[in-house]
Amino acid sequence: MKKLSPKLSQKLAVSLLTVAMIITLIPVSAIIFIIVKNGISAISWEFLFSMPTQGMRAGGIFPAIVGTIAIVSCSIATALPIGVCAAIYLNEYARDNLLTRIIKLAIVNLAGIPSVVYGLFGLGIFVMFLGFGVSIIAGALTLAIMELPVIITTARSALSNVPNSFREASLALGVSRWQTIRHIVLPNALPGILTGAILSIARVAGETAPILFTAAAFYTPNLPHSVFDQVMALPYHLFIISTQIPNMPKNIIFGTALVLLVMVLSMSLIAIIARIIFRKRRKW
Amino acid sequence: MTKIKMNIANLNCFYAKKQVLENISLHINANQILSIIGPSNSGKTTFLRTLNRMSDFDADYWRKGKVFLDEKDIFSMNMEKLRSRVGMLFAMPMPLPLSIFENVAYAPRRLNLLKGKPKKYIDEIVETSLRDASLWDEVKDRLDESAMKMSGGQQQRLCIARILAIDPEVILFDEPCSGLDPISTAKVEETMMALKKRYTIVLVTNNVKQASRVGDVTAFFLMGKLIEIDDTAKLFVAPKQKETNDYITGRFG
Ligand SMILES: Nc1ncnc2c1ncn2[C@@H]1O[C@H](COP(=O)(O)OP(=O)(O)O)[C@@H](O)[C@H]1O
Ligand SMILES: [Mg+2]
Repeated sequence: MKKLSPKLSQKLAVSLLTVAMIITLIPVSAIIFIIVKNGISAISWEFLFSMPTQGMRAGGIFPAIVGTIAIVSCSIATALPIGVCAAIYLNEYARDNLLTRIIKLAIVNLAGIPSVVYGLFGLGIFVMFLGFGVSIIAGALTLAIMELPVIITTARSALSNVPNSFREASLALGVSRWQTIRHIVLPNALPGILTGAILSIARVAGETAPILFTAAAFYTPNLPHSVFDQVMALPYHLFIISTQIPNMPKNIIFGTALVLLVMVLSMSLIAIIARIIFRKRRKW
Repeated sequence: MTKIKMNIANLNCFYAKKQVLENISLHINANQILSIIGPSNSGKTTFLRTLNRMSDFDADYWRKGKVFLDEKDIFSMNMEKLRSRVGMLFAMPMPLPLSIFENVAYAPRRLNLLKGKPKKYIDEIVETSLRDASLWDEVKDRLDESAMKMSGGQQQRLCIARILAIDPEVILFDEPCSGLDPISTAKVEETMMALKKRYTIVLVTNNVKQASRVGDVTAFFLMGKLIEIDDTAKLFVAPKQKETNDYITGRFG
């Protein structure tokens, strides 16, 4: 066989890579296109801000939006402080021994557990054992456990990206370890930590399985009054209206999917923009 | 009779099983500059980092022997207290990612030195520290700029100012001029000479000429051992050990 000329093989490689990229882009754009095309007609002020009517075949999805926001914000409020503390411990204090290596390995593996297992765990611990019942708090705590590995991992890498010379400079002045972390390390790691937190929100906001047994209601006539109430939630609501209810108007299904998609994507977008801004402002 | 500021007695330092300092005994006079010379990997940095216990953070580091500061054992002192009395300047300039002003104000704030003082007091500390580090005139109009934007020589003097702001007793310099041009080096040396009136200084340098210029006493380290220590004038004119002579005349392998 004749050898390809370098110029030709270069061209071939570039076109192969371009094709691969297009192939990956097609399904993503197709999903977005189909959801927008079929769902945009349902979107209106009323759809976003009113209660469902006629067995959810009409009206809005307001309670599901409120429910998702409630569950997700409670979960991040729990997971972020715990996760950051754990990351600080692992990165700044823990000695590199067998125990810490096992802990690190466990955290990585936690991220690989299927989400339905988290759901069952939440059902067992929060709903039944702790007696929270099916509620915002039970769902939020379940999601918080799911977020922890992502938050700990990103926070740890944000902390270890802070140059060691900053720590040494501060410690050499007689400043204590904790004050060094509090005033030098944390402020410089904060952008990375927050980006990780936002990405973990984006990841769990669309999850159905973990809230299925712990927080989500088929239908609630009222908005929640406390964290011990059940709520409707967007992913679960989407599942119900697309599988359980006959004669469901198609544009409501796709409209609901569109709202969920926009919520999740805008989270990721915020994370990306925040990262760009912080990187520009970085002082080292 | 000069006062002894620090006394090192039979100090042995190790990283895991490897011994990097062997039985070092010497004393450091108050208000003098002790220069330490020697080829790289002789343990000079380890010696300095032991004097303010920065090496306590190094994995696998351990030691035997005693070090006294004003006759008190530093290994039984509070570490943070010790470090605020024995400041250290590193070979690479290490500004904090803060403004010039905040770099100098950082330690006084953290160490609670401003308690019960008027609000203006911190401005005074920053100004005097920058003046004493001969940096004030260059930066007085841009105190709010990031310290990361300064030149290497300015950063190194900023780090000196940062140490002066907490008014320590001893300052350890670890090859402070190794990355600097001759003019910046001259400025740092000038600063050190001026500082010895108030502080006790230990200067590790890879530059034999620098040691002979600024040191009152010079010590020669070789492969973890203290080969010779003497008044700078004597050591450079008539070294007692052959190794010292070889090193200072540049005949060292
Ligand atoms: N953190 C460390 N861990 C392990 N070995 C070290 C460490 N720091 C220094 N050493 C070793 O100790 C010896 C002395 O190093 P150092 O004190 O830096 O010498 P110098 O400053 O004279 O060049 C060297 O052999 C070096 O490799
Ligand atoms: Mg060194």
